[in-house]
Amino acid sequence: MAAVLELSGISKHFGAIQALIEVSLSLHAGEVVGLMGDNGAGKSTLVKIVAGNYPPSGGTLTMGGRPVAFHKPTDARVAGIEIVYQDLALCDNLSAAENVFLGRELLRGVGPLRVLDYRTMFRRAGELFAELKSETRPRDLVRRMSGGQRQAVAIARTRLAEPKIVLMDEPTAAISVRQVAEVLNLIRRLREAGIAVVLISHRMPDVFAVADRIVVLRRGRKVADKPVAASSPEEVTGLITGAIEAA
Amino acid sequence: MAVNTSLEESIARRAHGNWLSWLVSQQTFWVSVAAVVAFVVLAFTSDVFATQQNLFNVTRNFAFVAIIAIGMTAVIVSGGIDLSVGAVLVLSGMVIGMTMNAGLSIWLAVPLALGVSLVVGAINGLMIAYVGVPPFVVTLGMLSIARSLAMVLSNNRMVYEFGPDQPKLLALGGGFVDLPLPLLDAIRIPSPVLFLLVLLVLTAYALRWTRWGRYVFAIGGNEGAATLTGVPVKRIKISVYMFCSFTAGIAGVLEVGWLGTITTGLGQGMELTVIAAAVIGGANLSGGIGTAFGAVVGAALIEVIRNSLTLLGISTFWQGTFVGSFIIVAVLFDRLRARGANE
Repeated sequence: MAAVLELSGISKHFGAIQALIEVSLSLHAGEVVGLMGDNGAGKSTLVKIVAGNYPPSGGTLTMGGRPVAFHKPTDARVAGIEIVYQDLALCDNLSAAENVFLGRELLRGVGPLRVLDYRTMFRRAGELFAELKSETRPRDLVRRMSGGQRQAVAIARTRLAEPKIVLMDEPTAAISVRQVAEVLNLIRRLREAGIAVVLISHRMPDVFAVADRIVVLRRGRKVADKPVAASSPEEVTGLITGAIEAA
Repeated sequence: MAVNTSLEESIARRAHGNWLSWLVSQQTFWVSVAAVVAFVVLAFTSDVFATQQNLFNVTRNFAFVAIIAIGMTAVIVSGGIDLSVGAVLVLSGMVIGMTMNAGLSIWLAVPLALGVSLVVGAINGLMIAYVGVPPFVVTLGMLSIARSLAMVLSNNRMVYEFGPDQPKLLALGGGFVDLPLPLLDAIRIPSPVLFLLVLLVLTAYALRWTRWGRYVFAIGGNEGAATLTGVPVKRIKISVYMFCSFTAGIAGVLEVGWLGTITTGLGQGMELTVIAAAVIGGANLSGGIGTAFGAVVGAALIEVIRNSLTLLGISTFWQGTFVGSFIIVAVLFDRLRARGANE
């Protein structure tokens, strides 16, 4: 089966610092990949390259067999890649619905007289929150929301389009146990819908609960890429810390 | 099923149940109340305040500050600051003054003056958005540059002859419209106030109902998030500084028309009054919060205080103390409210 997204030999350096060295990775439809690694291993850099935040220093990205180059986040979005950022990328001073639609607001009217269609945005955001089974009110300011609600806003944002790939950067880091279960269920629903999900996480139990395949980065290099069933938390810990060289 | 229904109900519930609780939570509301109270008290305590002539002067004086405060509010909402507005005002005024002094038409001079203001704003914006120099530094430098250019342009002379179109210029800034009222005397509205009202409506509309407006708020709320979600942060920033400079340019043209003369001292220190008006009107200097209406109310309150001190025979040296106290009280008020909301 052709990969939805294929990274080959991706490198990235910031001045003298090598953040990523020759990382190759393929994502398939309906597959959850757990991406693990210590702080500074290059996980966030990899996500930002796929998201179009900055270009790789070397290597190529191909989607469905065709090479792609993302110059800005909207390029990646148009190609069907959605990201849930670690800090969720929310504006505290805006409402939940405005955050969901940030960067792709709905307009009504014609020509230069087009105005924001708040009514539809509030309704659509409400539907998305109901789908996520999250008690989040579209008109509430994000400032006043709990960690779980903020997560719901960030995830609802990815559901606006029909994404092929969803990258989630530490989605379960700062929320309650009950909400972790909800987020993991959501990931399973994304997989059932044939979406490729990359789950970046420090939390071993979450990755082992939901991922099909596990990829470990250490100091910018990929040191493991294998089915979850063939690995164990002990092995992954060893790979992350460097106690095990590669697997 | 029951669970689902209650979930949907709670999602559909509005946060602000009634408009009254929303209203009293707005800083702009309380500043408006303060301005109205000051107005009423003055009308009773001073024989001069509520006269046609005094009100005409008050509204005209505040219009110049309010026009720029609207532009400044957009900049502050985006998380920036523009210290160059007073200098842009004099530069714009000097461009129109010198152009008309040379005998050219007002139809050429006005676009030229506004064009120069836009160019200054574009340079500010480019330096801030693309080069990454902090707004405080860029606009502080521009404050010096723009005023110096006005001096170069005029050779630091006073300009008071504006060529064949002089009457048109004077009418533009110093004119008025009489609004007839049933049973009462007609209200005389200075033309700068008309420009202010048009600008207020357009800006309030743009901030609330256009993508541009939402992006300005998003950048002020969380610039990183705006970038990540594909908001054209750099272009929006440039547009915001151009808009602010543009409002200063308009105020410059109108003020020259009103005074009938221009010197290079015009608008000195005005940036502080303008920022004060925006902040008193509810704009948050850390970005993301502010309204065009608030800026106008803030400017009105400052002018009412200024005027009342003069009328009540208190030395004008006290003005700064009062305006400064209002700034601090307004911000303090906001902090206390935020703390209350968090608990």
